Amino acid sequence: MSEAPRTMFEKIWERHRVLEREDGQTLLYVDRHLVHEGGAAAFAALRRRGLKPRAPDRIFTVPDHYAPTDSRRLDDIRDPRHREMIELLASNAKEHGIRHFGLGGPEQGIVHVIGPELGLSQPGMLIVCGDSHTSTHGALGALAFGIGSTEVAHVLATQTLWQRKPKTMRITVEGRLGEGVSAKDVILAIIARIGAAGATGHVIEYAGSAITGLSMEGRLTLCNMSIEAGGRAGMVAPDEVAFVYLAGRTYAPEDWEAALSRWRALPSDPGAVFDAEVTLDGGAIEPMVTWGNSPEEALPIGGTVPGPEAAADAERRETMARTLDYMGLAPGMPLEGLAVDRVFIGSCTNSRIEDLRAAAAVARGRRVAEGVEAWVVAGSEAVKRQAEAEGLHEVFRGAGFAWREPGCSMCVGMNGDIARPGSRVASTSNRNFMGRQGPGARTHLVSPAMAAAAAVSGHFTDVRRLLAGGG
Amino acid sequence: MCDGCWRGAAEMEAFTRLTSAAVALPRPNIDTDQIIPARFLSRPREVDHGEFLFHDARRVPATGEQDPDFPLNREEFGAARIIVAGRNFACGSSRESAVWALFDAGFRCAIAPSFGDIFRTNGMKNGLLPVVLPAEAVAALIGQVEAAPGAEVTVDLQALEVTFPDGSVHGFEVDPFARHCLLEGLDEIGLTLSLEDEIAAFERRYGRENTR
Ligand code: SF4
Repeated sequence: MSEAPRTMFEKIWERHRVLEREDGQTLLYVDRHLVHEGGAAAFAALRRRGLKPRAPDRIFTVPDHYAPTDSRRLDDIRDPRHREMIELLASNAKEHGIRHFGLGGPEQGIVHVIGPELGLSQPGMLIVCGDSHTSTHGALGALAFGIGSTEVAHVLATQTLWQRKPKTMRITVEGRLGEGVSAKDVILAIIARIGAAGATGHVIEYAGSAITGLSMEGRLTLCNMSIEAGGRAGMVAPDEVAFVYLAGRTYAPEDWEAALSRWRALPSDPGAVFDAEVTLDGGAIEPMVTWGNSPEEALPIGGTVPGPEAAADAERRETMARTLDYMGLAPGMPLEGLAVDRVFIGSCTNSRIEDLRAAAAVARGRRVAEGVEAWVVAGSEAVKRQAEAEGLHEVFRGAGFAWREPGCSMCVGMNGDIARPGSRVASTSNRNFMGRQGPGARTHLVSPAMAAAAAVSGHFTDVRRLLAGGG
Repeated sequence: MCDGCWRGAAEMEAFTRLTSAAVALPRPNIDTDQIIPARFLSRPREVDHGEFLFHDARRVPATGEQDPDFPLNREEFGAARIIVAGRNFACGSSRESAVWALFDAGFRCAIAPSFGDIFRTNGMKNGLLPVVLPAEAVAALIGQVEAAPGAEVTVDLQALEVTFPDGSVHGFEVDPFARHCLLEGLDEIGLTLSLEDEIAAFERRYGRENTR
């Protein structure tokens, strides 16, 4: 009599299915379509074909990639191309009657920070954005994934998307995270374990006591980097943490009780089967640092740079030699003590209020080391306001950090916020790719607390010692 | 479903069968930031993206000069329209300009043991066929391509087969729907617009759910 147990992913997938072809391709209905400056090509494609957005009330636009972080004024943007990208997004939104959170306005911020923060991202929704880190929004129990520009045009025109059903993977992390260990360390440990292509073709559901014990900010960090594990999307079952987080937000449902009863039915049924299962011991996770040019190249802070002899095959050996050369590292070097030139606390991974609190707790009463340039870039205007209300900006400024305006900034450097060739950056962002933070820049991914610890120490160090009161 | 009624307004070049030289980048995890650095992403599609392909990776960092050892810079691979790479090719950012850069530089096919999911979709929708082959087959192909630069590889989307320079034939799979679109050079917006009745019916059923 009873139906087969379903995963949360399957429930959301089925709820949004418009039709399914015999060959398995499924047309899905999109609840929310978020668009940043990268949507320009899609709007242009629409225009070429004489089409208009089908459901403007389901589309929201915000500039983040090209947003300047030293000013809120368009006129201050030096590169005319960057200015045009921001203007173009605003004019496309205006032309089509789309809600736009403009530069300088109170809601602007990184698209994956403002979606949850405004209550736009909700449990059970299907959310897309022309950006790979759309997986972030899955932290609320949504199915959220990044799409390409051609697909953005398709969603604009039809409010739907063709998809083939992906596989599912459950990653269970049980236990209590140690002091100084955050969601960022958890996701880096997961990627180090399963690899940068470990979840390719899969939607990940994160479960276990170490996950349900995370705040919403922590879950957003976790789901954010699902794409760095190759995952199509990442999600966490909605619970009281999610409901409390969403209550009262600008776009929270009008009929709250009805929404709650829908949301409570979303978590995967007991006995639901996943195509792959991975388990980790949360208590064993330590503060992590990446050493290479792929997020899978991550180690606990106490680790040492591996040598080519550790590589499994010739292909990897050759890659490792290139990586070590690019990163200016040699086999056997301890990660702890490696000197940094710059510190970047920001990005859609780690720029929320809790991230800034964690960094400020380390920075408080300390000074950024001589010769280190350290930045804090809040993820949104709202985060910035909240941080300032708590006095965090004074803590950072007092310690010698720059306190800048919200945007993607040094995560990708598209707005010109880049590091010099050869400089070593402790970064709370999500990608340590070659050239990601500027040609020749050497990126090490860490948590906000670890980034702050590197800033005040002048080198990577185990934040747990600083938290314990050591120097 | 009538496939004939959604032809038209196609923006994609069809792919049926290609015989060409290939070039190998035998490394895993080549990300789309390497394929096209972020600073070139503000260029509209009309701009030739070929010159941005591996813009930084193909240059010597210290001098900015073209690195003569980078495979794409080597003359003997100049005619290649097929790129062969290590696992997880084109992972990372969803930037479709990674496909545009490859396409504008003449590439119509990429072969690897695995791809970034979004790139794979972007490729299929933009006339660049991503072919997944087992790691051993890709390693063999890389060996043959490097041993005899310019040797021809044939990729047949109709037959779903790749023929290596040594004559060995390797089958592959792609999504049947995406294959159909790519064979015919059709794009999906036209098809989906023809399903207006189904979408409208869904919207009536779905009501105002998740609008606020
Ligand atoms: S912060 Fe970085 S990863 Fe996030 S959306 Fe912006 S550029 Fe992409």
